[in-house]
Amino acid sequence: MERIMQVVFAMRTVWAVILALLVGSILMIFAGANPIDAYAALFGGAFFDYFGFGATLVKFSPIVLAGLAVAIPLRAGLFNIGAEGQIYIGALFCTAAALYLPEMYAPLHILICVLAGALGGALWAAIAGVLKAYRGINEVIVTLLLNYVGINIVSYAASGPMMEPGAPYPYSPEISSSLFLPYIMPPTDAHAGAVFAVILALILAFCLKYTTFGFSMVTVGYNPKAARYAGIRVQRQIVVTMMLGGALAGLAGAFEVLGVKYRLFQSFSPGYGFDGIVVAFMAAASPIFVVVAALFFAGLRSGAQVMQRAVGIDSTVVDATQGLIVLFSAASLSFRFRDSRWARMLANRRTMEATLASQEKPNA
Amino acid sequence: MVHIHIDGISKSFAGFRALDNVNIKIAKGAIHAILGENGAGKSTLMNILYGLYRPDEGQIVLDGRPLKMTSPRDAIANGIGMIHQHFMLVDTLSVTENIMLGLSGGVRPANLKFHEARINALSKKVNFAIDPAAPIWSLPMGMRQRVEILKALYRDAEVLILDEPTSVLAPTEIESFLDSLRTLRAAGHTILLITHKLDEVMQVADRISVMRHGKVTDEIDAADSTPRELARRMVGRDVVMDLKREKTTPGAVVLEVRDLVARNDQGVRALDNVGFSLRAGEVLGVTGVDGNGQRELGEVIAGLRTLEGGTILADGKDIGALDVKARKNVAGIGFVPEDRQHTGLVLDYPVATNLVLRDYDRRPVSRNGILNYGFIARNAVDLVKRYDIRLRSPQQPTRFLSGGNQQKVILAREIEARPRILIIMQACKGLDVGAIEFVQNMIFSLKKAGVGVLYVSTELEHVLDISDRIAVMCRGAITGIVSPQEATPERLGELMAGVRSAA
Repeated sequence: MERIMQVVFAMRTVWAVILALLVGSILMIFAGANPIDAYAALFGGAFFDYFGFGATLVKFSPIVLAGLAVAIPLRAGLFNIGAEGQIYIGALFCTAAALYLPEMYAPLHILICVLAGALGGALWAAIAGVLKAYRGINEVIVTLLLNYVGINIVSYAASGPMMEPGAPYPYSPEISSSLFLPYIMPPTDAHAGAVFAVILALILAFCLKYTTFGFSMVTVGYNPKAARYAGIRVQRQIVVTMMLGGALAGLAGAFEVLGVKYRLFQSFSPGYGFDGIVVAFMAAASPIFVVVAALFFAGLRSGAQVMQRAVGIDSTVVDATQGLIVLFSAASLSFRFRDSRWARMLANRRTMEATLASQEKPNA
Repeated sequence: MVHIHIDGISKSFAGFRALDNVNIKIAKGAIHAILGENGAGKSTLMNILYGLYRPDEGQIVLDGRPLKMTSPRDAIANGIGMIHQHFMLVDTLSVTENIMLGLSGGVRPANLKFHEARINALSKKVNFAIDPAAPIWSLPMGMRQRVEILKALYRDAEVLILDEPTSVLAPTEIESFLDSLRTLRAAGHTILLITHKLDEVMQVADRISVMRHGKVTDEIDAADSTPRELARRMVGRDVVMDLKREKTTPGAVVLEVRDLVARNDQGVRALDNVGFSLRAGEVLGVTGVDGNGQRELGEVIAGLRTLEGGTILADGKDIGALDVKARKNVAGIGFVPEDRQHTGLVLDYPVATNLVLRDYDRRPVSRNGILNYGFIARNAVDLVKRYDIRLRSPQQPTRFLSGGNQQKVILAREIEARPRILIIMQACKGLDVGAIEFVQNMIFSLKKAGVGVLYVSTELEHVLDISDRIAVMCRGAITGIVSPQEATPERLGELMAGVRSAA
């Protein structure tokens, strides 16, 4: 009984998502649609359709990287709320490397652009890391506020120094087509970034469990005092971890430029960095589950349009359902098995059984 | 006239008897000190008086009527106010607002002026000189403490319980704090002072109850006693020479420290020019009343606390610049920290992982940055057997082990690192008799193997049992180093109370 409850408990995020979808179906009924048809259109369009799945993968790439950008610092006990800003700065660095470096062997140039993106995100996150490690300033606030700074820096760059002459809208010139990331599902827009992100998630999962680097990071997250005693340089580890998170978000920005947009647009990300926070928490900061959660989330986002066309309700219903998923999964994470009513009931049951067992014996 | 009568109170936690039939009578308008080592049961008693715990047996009698308290609210309603060791104040609010918090009516701008005037009057009456409009963050610790006291007084508390009140104060603030206690006494308040600081007790208390292992062992008038007498009663054991100790001939000096200076977590100077030397195969006990710099001493040598002055020589080499890792791996310093659950172990890690916690980046635990889980598991099986660590599986989270077995995990790890110097802090705190014996035997075998052991403990009986020499600390300095033969209760009492060694 207890074992079953523990499994049920371990899957609490899944239940939360299902519950959110159920509540979402009520919204759909109000919007005048059959929820079964709507969800069929949504998930069918997102996952069981070649073009639809391609569109899902386009969104999957930045969301999974943003999810990792939040999840990795989370393992060291750090809250990186700044993935969105890091995505922007990463895209800025990447575009600059693509546009302003002299012509060279294309794969090398792509690599440099990708690394520039990672570097941009890392530096942006390092601000919060250094302030946290050496000044004790709350990283939640710093990363959150740096989002807006990052977004506005890109706005400035795209509408000022980097703006294409004569463009009707703030964006930079197009990067050289030799720098475009290869497509993986032509003719859809799905690009190699998605594959790369999954490989990265696997590598990170391995690093967390099997390397000394991951060990010292996770140890800091569990118990900074013991980490210091174990000889880990805690402050340095905090900075490095934040930078690693920032680099992952910066990669997301770089892939958006190299794989999808081919230029730097003002406000090009529809909030992938914030989706990353949800994804990381849903996945309980496990890189592997981040991939699963990101795929689900990307599917929701890309399937919304399909659903709108198929059953004729507005895609804002999906936005609302996404909000519900966030709400429900956040709430589900606040449950602790030991404090839960189920656990208390099971404990009571055990004591009751023990009492009964002792009473069955003849009284001495 | 008896104001509070603590009548036969007993309290157990999970089979451990924290209080055992405690009887104390506290006179009205007196300062009554409860003196005892950490773990003697003082805090449990206070929490019962304040309604946080309910006693298993016995009762609290206030002015002749037994109290039934289920929460601190009841305590306040009965005129009992508690000033916790850690202040419960909101930094950004003013003095008045803090005092009003929790009063019925809440913080309303309309009453603010009214309350401010009353608080001002109250503060004048007890000579506190506090500006009721000042925000808490602008006040020094001593003033914040007065705010806490005012908070209780403003709720008409007649009895004030102060838990280790001077631990957060700077030395200069202590004198004026003691003065305010005298003022409060003059105003007719009954004050219960929980502390282990002897000199303060001597200065202000009228009567003193000494607690040890959950029992009141002595009750005396302050006028009839001296600090050294109190220290002896606090430690409370006639010193019996132990037969187990084997005489080994100490070897070369492995650790020498000179003029160590360091601060504690509050930034107050906690080590004041400490110096001693430790030889191979020798156990140097370090004792004293808790909080006199022992903890900082251990941490400074292990590299966990900043060394602000002085030199540390290991095998004659200055190791002051080395970090924690190098102190362990290069200088050969093993360290068993005082706070085993929060510093010594990562409780959520499996026992196997904790057994290699400080070697995770060295061979054979890891190679080229990759952890060798096979070795970690084999190592755990081996150590669990040799150190007799009782558990279900080495992969079990360390959280679920008993205190004694957690300590064995740390000891196993530190001893297996083959240190030349081993610092053991409060090794036997909270352990049962069997585990204590295990730890002591461990130390004897280390000694035979030629390790220099620094055994830091407030539990004098254990220190006397195993040390070759005993250093006594008081106010951050070593007041004397004596041999166990010289360590009579009187002599130790003197040293613990800060009377410098003549020799």
